[in-house]
Amino acid sequence: MFRSNWKWAIAAIVMIAIAVGTGCKKKGSDPFPKSGAVAGWEKTSETRVFEAKDLYQYIDGDAEQYISAGVVTTSTSDYKYQGQIEATVDVHTMGSADGARKILETGTKDAKPIQLGDEGVAYAQSIIFRKGTALVRIVAYESTPDTPQALLALARGVEAKL
Amino acid sequence: MKNRRQFLKEAATGALLLGTQSALSLAATPEPHATADKSRVVVARDPHVYSSPGQLDQNRVMALLDRAVTSWTGQSNPVEAWKLILGKDLGPDKVIGLKTNGLGGKGICTHYALILAVVERLQHAGIKAGNIVIWDRNREDLEVCGLSINTDPSRIRCFGTDHAGYEDESVRWGSVNIRLSKILTRECSMVIGLPILKDHSMSGVTFAMKNMYGVVHWPFQLHGGGCNPGIADLNCIPAVREKVRFTIGDALSSVYDGGPGFHPERLWSPNALIVGEDRVAVDQIAWQMIERKRAEAGMKTLEAAGRPPRYIATAADAAHNLGTDDPRHIHLMEI
Repeated sequence: MFRSNWKWAIAAIVMIAIAVGTGCKKKGSDPFPKSGAVAGWEKTSETRVFEAKDLYQYIDGDAEQYISAGVVTTSTSDYKYQGQIEATVDVHTMGSADGARKILETGTKDAKPIQLGDEGVAYAQSIIFRKGTALVRIVAYESTPDTPQALLALARGVEAKL
Repeated sequence: MKNRRQFLKEAATGALLLGTQSALSLAATPEPHATADKSRVVVARDPHVYSSPGQLDQNRVMALLDRAVTSWTGQSNPVEAWKLILGKDLGPDKVIGLKTNGLGGKGICTHYALILAVVERLQHAGIKAGNIVIWDRNREDLEVCGLSINTDPSRIRCFGTDHAGYEDESVRWGSVNIRLSKILTRECSMVIGLPILKDHSMSGVTFAMKNMYGVVHWPFQLHGGGCNPGIADLNCIPAVREKVRFTIGDALSSVYDGGPGFHPERLWSPNALIVGEDRVAVDQIAWQMIERKRAEAGMKTLEAAGRPPRYIATAADAAHNLGTDDPRHIHLMEI
């Protein structure tokens, strides 16, 4: 009996080591592309992470709709494209895919659908998409001819890391 | 044309003199004061306040501010107008706080150009640089406005409550029981609100009174019921009611839906400042501005959208008595 438990414990340790070694843990843990990972985009801030109970510190007033949709954490980071276009990437990790769907469906009736993740929409200066339990919103602060394509490239970079 | 850094440096050292002010002319002779029983609210507009998309013209912002305060006070000289506004708080030991709003992030926060214009005029009116404190909840909220943290008392100070802290003791008024920022309670003799006009997903509109959510610890608890009566009750707390006595409302740009965060697809530029002493009247006028824009965009009214700003009427009721929301008692000057 005792010997059998030890076998299971060793097997579990080996499986965890393999998972870590093959990058299973990394997948989904950091959705923010590093500087240069997406052409032209530099990551210009540290990633900040807010738990649901602290979300008001970041988006007080907006927090309620995410909390009611079951947000678990929100991560955010700033980016800059070719030194000209500033953008913020917010990744809301929801408790379920339904939560992400609920947020995405809010106020996007005049947006352009795009092929991204499970579902996505784009405006001239922002992109919102969901993939699994993640709801991603990317907003640019400058409107230039390059903005839509640059945002889409960044969004694809985030999507690939989810 | 000075860049931001030069401008702030000169403003901080008091080097900007009245004679070197905006090249634009000030307002023509302002109209007479409103009758004493009405609350004055000025909506000052300049359709050319942006020199290019997203880029404000600092000189025109200064001129717009000057028009707003001279019209509001009935003074022809903006410095004299500011002295009237400051009143008893125009003294060598008085600290004037400027409560900005950076909650929405860099796309929809109090404009740097407006903050600089107010700071410059306060100094012209006689307030020492070190007696001006620009503040908000935290460092991030200030930095998104383009500001840098400074606690050196020889220059204009700029820091958040994350630096100064909240009072240990909570205060109660009606439904609210909160801890106030020490910047409000201990630093400032008077606070001028510099909110930015936004739609709000819960309260309907966020402007003068809602800006005070940034002076309390754990504001999230005040959002129930569409922030009603939370906003009105909070503004009745003596330190808020008595110290926050004037609003220079930033409606240079605004979001008319999806707020309070930045939604560029819902951004518009009213190119305006909304100025007044009566916070309820200011919010009432701001609300109507948002409604007109929503109607123009073919959107539902805030009432139909399920989030009318009921806190405005609550703030005006007999129990709160913070001001008036009755258009018959508001002297609106649109210039």
